[in-house]
Amino acid sequence: MDIELKILRYDPENDRKGHWEFYKVEADPDERILDLLHKVKWFEDGTLSFRRSCAHGVCGSDAMVINGENMLACQVLVKEVSNPIKIEPVRGLPVVKDLIVDMEPFMDSYKKVMPYLINDKDPGDRERLQSQEDVEKFEDTTKCILCAACTTSCPVFWTADSYIGPAAIVNAHRFVFDSRDEGSKQRLEILKDVNGAFRCRTAFNCTSACPKGIQVTKAIEDVKRETLLNN
Amino acid sequence: MKIIKHSFDGVIVGAGGAGLRAAIEAAPHMKLAVITKLYPTRSHTGAAQGGMSAALANVEEDNWNWHAFDTVKGSDYLADQPAVDILCKEAIDAVIELEHWGLPFSRLENGKIAQRRFGGHTVKEGESPAFRACYAADRTGHMILQTLYQKCVSMGVEFFDEFQVLDIKIEDGVCKGVVAFELSTGDIHIFESRAVTFATGGFGRIFKVSSNAHSLTGDGPGILYQKGIPLEDMEFYQFHPTGIYRLGILLSEAARGEGGILRNKDGERFMERYAPSIKDLAPRDMVSRAIATEISQGNGAGPDSDYVYLDLTHLGAETIKKKLPDITDFVRTYVKIEPINEPIPVQPTAHYAMGGIPTDVNGRVLSDEKNTVLPGVYAAGEAACVSVHGANRLGTNSLLDIVVFGKRAGESMLEYVSKTKSTSISDSAADDLVNKINNLIEKDHTDEFSVGRIRNDLQESMEENAKIFRSEETLSKQTEILENLRERYENVTIFDKGKVFNTELMEAIELDYLLDMSESTVASALARKESRGAHSRQDFPDRDDGNFMKHSFAFKNGNSANLRYKDVELGKYEPMERKY
Ligand SMILES: Cc1cc2nc3c(=O)[nH]c(=O)nc-3n(C[C@H](O)[C@H](O)[C@H](O)COP(=O)(O)OP(=O)(O)OC[C@H]3O[C@@H](n4cnc5c(N)ncnc54)[C@H](O)[C@@H]3O)c2cc1C
Ligand code: SF4
Ligand code: FES
Repeated sequence: MDIELKILRYDPENDRKGHWEFYKVEADPDERILDLLHKVKWFEDGTLSFRRSCAHGVCGSDAMVINGENMLACQVLVKEVSNPIKIEPVRGLPVVKDLIVDMEPFMDSYKKVMPYLINDKDPGDRERLQSQEDVEKFEDTTKCILCAACTTSCPVFWTADSYIGPAAIVNAHRFVFDSRDEGSKQRLEILKDVNGAFRCRTAFNCTSACPKGIQVTKAIEDVKRETLLNN
Repeated sequence: MKIIKHSFDGVIVGAGGAGLRAAIEAAPHMKLAVITKLYPTRSHTGAAQGGMSAALANVEEDNWNWHAFDTVKGSDYLADQPAVDILCKEAIDAVIELEHWGLPFSRLENGKIAQRRFGGHTVKEGESPAFRACYAADRTGHMILQTLYQKCVSMGVEFFDEFQVLDIKIEDGVCKGVVAFELSTGDIHIFESRAVTFATGGFGRIFKVSSNAHSLTGDGPGILYQKGIPLEDMEFYQFHPTGIYRLGILLSEAARGEGGILRNKDGERFMERYAPSIKDLAPRDMVSRAIATEISQGNGAGPDSDYVYLDLTHLGAETIKKKLPDITDFVRTYVKIEPINEPIPVQPTAHYAMGGIPTDVNGRVLSDEKNTVLPGVYAAGEAACVSVHGANRLGTNSLLDIVVFGKRAGESMLEYVSKTKSTSISDSAADDLVNKINNLIEKDHTDEFSVGRIRNDLQESMEENAKIFRSEETLSKQTEILENLRERYENVTIFDKGKVFNTELMEAIELDYLLDMSESTVASALARKESRGAHSRQDFPDRDDGNFMKHSFAFKNGNSANLRYKDVELGKYEPMERKY
């Protein structure tokens, strides 16, 4: 079938602001949106720029706005979206070129929450024991692939980019609820900050945007509750 | 285009499991940079699903010697046995260390790390399938990558994210550093560094249907190959039996480890005929050949009779949800069927490079078949060939390889850096790369010589002529096709002339490496007149230990390769016929 793509393009070396470009491509209903972007790039217009790597929703490179919603281009099939297909870069992070945004502010927020296991005790020479139930307490948030779909769908983040954002809180959650971790006091202190978890107004956009199906809003609520308990 | 110079003691190229593990070892003791063309957490290690083997004996009696036996037998006796011993022995500490760093492994009732069965892994040298693969549901690679990156963040390791290394400088046989392209600006960066580790991953994108990321284009092996460093055992490329039909997205062997069954169009469990004792859990080369044979004999399913089924319907919703959540989600997302109720159409998919940059067990790169060490240059992970996988890798042994030998490469860098004085790289180090880029930018774009078209023809022809079954005829045909593609590549053109995120420019340079990988693969395959592991020659169906119990070393020679050979290091396991 013929598909029309409407892509918001921006070339920092030539454009003052973004503009729409239209492309027609032949596509199979089972193809991914990423496949269509590749068709344009490889066979029509090599200047079209976007990030991608794994092509099956595990690396987190290609979050973008497709027909108004944040998605991974490699995780959505042509038959699941209406034609013409409108594609834009995610919102709230500076656009560098076409569908590529500057990820550095996002990564900085992630690093702020001390996203690593903190435990100074000598674990000995075998594994620490942990029950499967204890694993399941934080398993959901271990799935995060740092794609930024959640953070860039958040209305609070759009208006105040100083907000640490859902993804960072998800990654804090992953450690706060890990029975092996002992760094939560410090971590929760950081999340108590004005730009921390309490800026969340439970809009739920993040949960619908998450391509890994993580219960993002619930994770944020869990962290808020834990922060209050920690006081 | 600006040229910026940096000075480090050591540089690691690649931030997948191998690169990160090396960084953790080296970073505390030297000025180290990790350079990566993708954000570290986007490396393809994150796609690994099923598990990482170690004889922890958490479920049943196990022993690293049995793991070694299976690895050697699985390799069709081409693995170097002393290296395999290291892999299997150090596996245990490697898994424990990851747990200590926070890896959220799935657990047993008693709280220990859970272990599952996987192809080719047995207890007591073949008696029955072993529970040896440690896992975190079916996202083990994701958790390894996350955990190693988290560790690096906690240590303050210095990363250059979205910088693509495109050249190495070796003067008088000694490493001086690397040259990289910064994606977001188009600037060129010279990294002066006396130790460099390549951990750039695989190159599955030489084939059309692959489980590999678009970014897996063989950059590290390509950069060294172009400098005269040989590539080892390139004819051994693994095709994983269960890729999603047409897409190649992987469905882990864990699916069969948990009890999944392969069936042909008649619903027959055909693996019973090919590997009577371990059936669906036979090593990958055998299962992929069995599928290809079923298909060629008309037993394939579908309108084109070109796939078989992976049947999970008898496992029950609970097991699927708990143990195989991600891969069943892939099926729902991309095929729109419910694997709890329906069998899944699958076909073999290009998956893993057993071959690559030759190294010793300490990650030191070898510049010839006589084990001559290239000072200051190291390699680890899928880009390297130690060789622990020989002619066919067992599932779960690559995640192991990347941490065990990643660590060793890091240690070797340290040792080298502590013994040598800082080096100086000349300001002209960037000239070759600058010329290459200017040349591509200046040529007018033509459709005929576009990157997309040449690469498409490459992938389709490799798929056709150099996949599971090969022969003199198909390989000679492919040699000619490659010559033609190389000629077209000499004229390759790009449309994008800009500096910022010129990903088309990078794809053009990556295509050069893809061609290198293909040329060395086909030349090595043509010269190996036997069938062993993943390399099956229809005109030479048997293994020939007399002539080919050897590693091949392909040296770039124009569009083709000169081949030399090195004896396999044997050990306690005598080569025997591989039956399961
Ligand atoms: C779908 C799938 C499932 C798998 N499942 C398993 C499993 O269950 N068990 C198992 O043992 N193995 C499995 N494997 C194999 C295993 O995952 C890989 O072999 C292994 O992860 C490779 O790790 P690596 O560190 O060598 O490379 P990668 O993780 O691929 O990392 C490569 C790195 O190099 C960087 N890079 C590449 N080129 C350049 C350049 N020019 N400049 C700068 N940086 C560069 C990239 O940015 C990236 O950071 C699986 C593989 C796939 C594809
Ligand atoms: S929580 Fe989900 S949407 Fe947010 S960064 Fe992680 S994977 Fe992406
Ligand atoms: S390309 Fe990896 S998530 Fe889409």
